[in-house]
Amino acid sequence: MRAALWAIGVLVLLFLVLPILVVVPLSFSAGSFLTYPLPGLSLRWYAAFFASDFWLPALWNSLLVGSASAALATLFGVPAAFGLWRADFPGRRIMMAVILAPMVVPAIVVAVALLLAFGPRGLANTFGGLVAAHAMLGVPFVVVTVLAALSRFDAVLLRAAAACGAGPWRAFFRVCLPRIAPGVAAGAVFAFATSLDETVVVLFLAGPGQRTLPRQMFAGLNDEISLTVMAAATLMAALSVLLLGAVALLQRPAR
Amino acid sequence: MTGRRGAILLVAPLLLALLVGFIAPIGAFLWRAVADDEVASVLPRSIAVLRGWDGGAVPEAAFIALAEDLREARIRDAETGAGGIARAAARLNAEFPGLRSLLPATGRRVTQPGEEQAKILSAGEAWATQGPWRAIQRAGGPVSDYRLLATLDLRRDGEGTITQAPADARVYRDVLLRTLWISAFTTLICLLMGYPLAWLIATAPPRAQPWLLGAVLLPFWTSLIVRTAAWMVLLQKEGIVNSALLGTGLIAEPLPLLLNRFAVLVAMVHILLPFMVLPVLAVVREVDPRLPRAAASLGAGRLRIFRRVLLPLSLPGVGAGCLLVFVQALGFYVTPALLGGPNDQMLAWFIGFHANRLVDWGMAAALSVLLLAAVAVVIGLYGRLVGFDKVRTA
Repeated sequence: MRAALWAIGVLVLLFLVLPILVVVPLSFSAGSFLTYPLPGLSLRWYAAFFASDFWLPALWNSLLVGSASAALATLFGVPAAFGLWRADFPGRRIMMAVILAPMVVPAIVVAVALLLAFGPRGLANTFGGLVAAHAMLGVPFVVVTVLAALSRFDAVLLRAAAACGAGPWRAFFRVCLPRIAPGVAAGAVFAFATSLDETVVVLFLAGPGQRTLPRQMFAGLNDEISLTVMAAATLMAALSVLLLGAVALLQRPAR
Repeated sequence: MTGRRGAILLVAPLLLALLVGFIAPIGAFLWRAVADDEVASVLPRSIAVLRGWDGGAVPEAAFIALAEDLREARIRDAETGAGGIARAAARLNAEFPGLRSLLPATGRRVTQPGEEQAKILSAGEAWATQGPWRAIQRAGGPVSDYRLLATLDLRRDGEGTITQAPADARVYRDVLLRTLWISAFTTLICLLMGYPLAWLIATAPPRAQPWLLGAVLLPFWTSLIVRTAAWMVLLQKEGIVNSALLGTGLIAEPLPLLLNRFAVLVAMVHILLPFMVLPVLAVVREVDPRLPRAAASLGAGRLRIFRRVLLPLSLPGVGAGCLLVFVQALGFYVTPALLGGPNDQMLAWFIGFHANRLVDWGMAAALSVLLLAAVAVVIGLYGRLVGFDKVRTA
């Protein structure tokens, strides 16, 4: 019984992990075929990636869009989460539904709706438009993560701060924020990762002026899969592992 | 910052931003599914006259109004290049086939005033019947359900009753069924694979747990497009799977593994599996280990313990996992677009196709309404059957 569970579980885990692990070494191939055995190891496809007008600007743009939209989502999301946590007021459930809506609405609907709304206002295919769209997609993750952090924060501390003469702003920044900082940071990382992965909205909203890594990958896969695409995929996967590590560190139970 | 007002003030900026930047654009887009103004903007007089028409003989006033409308519209189209007549004709064609060409042709006959009825009738015999006039009446706006009906391969006939579209014109019901089928199948496979894995992780020795969990989280965090790319490489004709199978001599010819339903399903299961494992894991982790032991001491066999104790306790996690997987699967775009063939594309692809290629926002919006309705039905069913207070995620 136990052995059967292990056997099934390990098989499923291999199904989850192998496709990624098998593809990664291909990007280090010295040849140009997408199969094994590798004729030798080299970094030529990474050299091609970093020398390319197609990929390198997209990498920078992805990081830029991700950082800007994560910052924006945090700026709006943290106060909102604090407000939602602080008091129960009429309409709180509806507000929560509006805030979580970007998580539920299929990306294609968001993409086409934003294209239609941004186009006539000159926001489509601009950096600002893309950042705004990604910030909206990322903000639910910030709110949910910060709310989770706040649920472990003792509200009595705020009253104690007030009793010691601290104004509400001071109490928030000096007492509350340090306590929930890991949650805020994790939320920001979630928002960054959301932007970094986002493909559909970018495909529709951003024209040639705003390339990101997923957009270029989509184009590359549609065209002809070269090993440079695999190098790009490996770099993106490495970035994901980095972010996963960051979140794991941030959400480690505090001692 | 204390009290209700302070709390509302803190939420307000985000709420406003989302209302303006998210809810309003989606609302405006979805409104196009029912908005019906292509004809009203070109044939306002005709619609006004026909509004009082009882369905008997077509009044002469209608012919005069149509001629005036078309004359004016031709001048406007010539000046601005707006193509109003063409768009109105395309819209009317959905109500009365043939009007796509008949309306512009009629417009060319009535460039000079006088003897409107004779000129219009000379443009096409159809004007002597009630059909095209009824079409103008029905397409008068401001709203219409014809696009929403079209997403289910339905239309209104001459009398206005809802009928099936002709068999060769039925498209979207297939697409909807395909979308539901792919999503349901993906959910089922994810459940069959994810459920045992969640139990394994929950009951594994503490030292092994982080590794097992890490193996779920790694693909979970890896970009969707990267995982789709991995499957493309694996399943290509000269890909890794085919060359491995050829190498072992199991097959003599490479199998067609890509650009078909199989590829779409495998990749979708791979992408969505963590969304099944994590909620189930969150629930089964909380199961009190004394319960199965108590059941065993009362004489229950292993199968019975699972069926009567462990399975019921894990159902909230199963429900949450199925909901997460199914709802996300419904909206899939990138993976079927890259791994599937023409017959594997889901609703999302057709929404994009109508918006981008055909520039038919109305139909894109109607299909979006269909997709959102499917999502809402699933979430609603879940709320009725399971209840949202039991949703927990890892």
